[in-house]
Amino acid sequence: MIAEIGHFALILALVVAIVQGTLPMIGAAQGRANWMAVARPAAQLQFLLVLTSFLALMQAYIISDFSLANVAQNSHSAKPMLYKVTGVWGNHEGSMLLWILILALFGAAVAGFGGNLPPTLRARVLSVQALISVGFLAFSLLTSNPFERIFPVPLDGRDLNPLLQDPGLAFHPPMLYVGYVGFSIAFAFAVAALIEGRVDAAWARWVRPWTLLAWLFLTAGIALGSWWAYYELGWGGWWFWDPVENVSFMPWLMGTALLHSAIVVEKRDALKIWTILLAILTFSLSLIGTFIVRSGLLTSVHAFATDPERGLFILVLLCIAIGGSLVLFALRAPALKAGGLFAPISREGGLVLNNLLLAVATGTVFIGTMAPLFAEAFDYKLSVGAPYFNLFSAIFGLPLIAAMAVGPFLPWKRADLAGALGRLKVAAGLTFAAGLVTWYLQQGGPVLAIVGMTLAAWLFFATLAEWADRVQLFRIPPAASLSRALRLPRAAYGMTFAHIGMAVAVAGMTASSAWKAEEVRVMRPGETVEVAGYNYRFEEVREMRGPNYFSEMGRFTVTLEGQPVAELTPEKRFYPVQRMPTTEAAIHTTGISDLYAVIGDSDGQGGWTVRIYHEPLVPWLWAGCLLMVIGGLVSLSDRRLRVGAPRRRAAPAASAPATAS
Amino acid sequence: MTPRPFTRLLPGLLMPLAALAFAWSALAVEPDEILDDPELEARARELSEDIRCLVCQNENIDSSNAELAKDLRVLVRERLVAGDSDQQVLDYLVERYGDFVLLNPPFKPQTYLLWFGPAAILLLGGLAVAAYFRQRGREAGAGPAPTPDLNAEERKRLNALLKDEGRA
Repeated sequence: MIAEIGHFALILALVVAIVQGTLPMIGAAQGRANWMAVARPAAQLQFLLVLTSFLALMQAYIISDFSLANVAQNSHSAKPMLYKVTGVWGNHEGSMLLWILILALFGAAVAGFGGNLPPTLRARVLSVQALISVGFLAFSLLTSNPFERIFPVPLDGRDLNPLLQDPGLAFHPPMLYVGYVGFSIAFAFAVAALIEGRVDAAWARWVRPWTLLAWLFLTAGIALGSWWAYYELGWGGWWFWDPVENVSFMPWLMGTALLHSAIVVEKRDALKIWTILLAILTFSLSLIGTFIVRSGLLTSVHAFATDPERGLFILVLLCIAIGGSLVLFALRAPALKAGGLFAPISREGGLVLNNLLLAVATGTVFIGTMAPLFAEAFDYKLSVGAPYFNLFSAIFGLPLIAAMAVGPFLPWKRADLAGALGRLKVAAGLTFAAGLVTWYLQQGGPVLAIVGMTLAAWLFFATLAEWADRVQLFRIPPAASLSRALRLPRAAYGMTFAHIGMAVAVAGMTASSAWKAEEVRVMRPGETVEVAGYNYRFEEVREMRGPNYFSEMGRFTVTLEGQPVAELTPEKRFYPVQRMPTTEAAIHTTGISDLYAVIGDSDGQGGWTVRIYHEPLVPWLWAGCLLMVIGGLVSLSDRRLRVGAPRRRAAPAASAPATAS
Repeated sequence: MTPRPFTRLLPGLLMPLAALAFAWSALAVEPDEILDDPELEARARELSEDIRCLVCQNENIDSSNAELAKDLRVLVRERLVAGDSDQQVLDYLVERYGDFVLLNPPFKPQTYLLWFGPAAILLLGGLAVAAYFRQRGREAGAGPAPTPDLNAEERKRLNALLKDEGRA
């Protein structure tokens, strides 16, 4: 019964979305205020309906209602409650519903917070959002209905893939989806602006916080996925250039470009057409990402064809959304007036370089990810893996990071590069020292490691120097510097945090790729092995039982120069329902490096295969991502007051209470 | 949670199966595969990272735990021990499995787009940026739209307005 309510609510949501996607759009074109006014309540109603539907499905998972095909195929009565709940989006149908829920939530948020938007722009934005909803709701209802019943009802379900039964992966999809879907707002604003034929600073002020929100969730989602791969797949890698990863990385790269170009639109009224294009492309890549993963297209062209109905629907939907918006862009963009002028060497110029490199990087990932698909169409089987992507990330990534350090020093409009570099003398000196230390410490390691660490140091010190410059550290009394530091806008701190986060992450990536140490061998209880100075004593293996799995748990005691450091208990689990083994690595972090142990098979003679990895600076990678997310949040807390700033500025008295809260 | 009958039956029924599955879950490089010569082993590891496990999704044979990956790892080591150079090992594999086995795609007409694509995008993007600056530069060079001189009446109005401003 509840499932039917959920199904019905989903159908109603489609009806509401169709109304929301048409009436306000026509109303805006013909100047009918009452038609435009439909958009806000419709967006909120649509959200409530989708929420009802989503909760109905969640309820079916919680009570293990196996009369629903979706629940029977993806859940099990003995599964821990956390994974029953998160299992809702651990499958195709449920994850589509989550996608739609987040889309509707964003629509409702624009309706709720959009009080100070010009009415026609608001009506059009919400209409475009609703049209996206229509496509997804129709896709869900017609080809991927999560509420389908089965008879006879099975006694128990087939369980969720054990690899997905993990806290990291439980929250990875929602984060990622908030990121993907968040870009739909930027897309809707871009399309609405094209229809209106007007882009101004106010438009950019609206688009930036939404883009920032989407970007920081996408960053967190990707980091969470990478972290999961690191501890779950059992050999200490954190990025594999797998197509599934690449399709989430592309919107991130484009979204990062969009974030920066929107600054230029807001501050200088320039790069408007380019920013509109970026907004369209970013969301298009998000759409491609969602669908390509969901359709199995990337595994093989043949897997795609196994469900032609879904595949065709996806293709048509992608063509309408991406093709339609690009045609609109081609028709309307030339009408947009170009704004502020700037010299090539200027803050704007630096941001153009940022956009160029990020766009080329996106293009490269796109080519590399899609090449095997195209090749297969021509009967040529081809693999594109890590060596290709690593090469090009170095080619485009290193100059990007080098320039990223200098960019914030350039003033708007026209800059003096020599002057900017002059202010970076101290940072350059410290960087040089860091490079020397790296060179001294690594002794014969890869040259790229020195380059990577030096660049990370460069970005780190330059970003700190930029902050010191702003607060005039050591040039005025410390108290004056402090008061300047306190008065710096939060957006400035957001940039500082995010750029430092990038520097820390780059150091982590470089170090873990270059200086990972490992030991693979058969060990008997009582034996010890030394990896990177740490002594690992293999104590024992015990058999255990979890709620829905069996486990063999090994135990290591780790010592450094005789001092105890940690106890590591890696596990090998077996999930009987899916007949699937998983490895649970044991990780102890010292902050500088991770001690990583995995237990493998028994050799039948009292020995076990064990793998011990020493992963230098990997914790920095996660810390760096966290800093980027924090930077986004800090910047967002500033934006909050600046959303629709023109109106607030006109009435300063009204804004005072808002500031206090 | 109340245990269901199915769960209670599980251990007895499935333990043998579990043991079997554990035995399958070989993971990446196994100790018995490792060569005694550390130099050869290092070369084998490096080569393995560029060789695709053909039955996996984009995984290299060094990290894959599939049976086939193990076979390929052993094969690579056999060739190295037999005295093959790295390139000879790769050529041998390509002969048997095609370019699909290489994670680093070969450079040949079919892959020109793949290898030149990024440079082409960079070039096009760079040209677009250059064109943008040139065009905007020309617009700027032309100066702001020429303001027509004010006629006498306009000048009088302007002066009046300015005087007004001064008084306020």
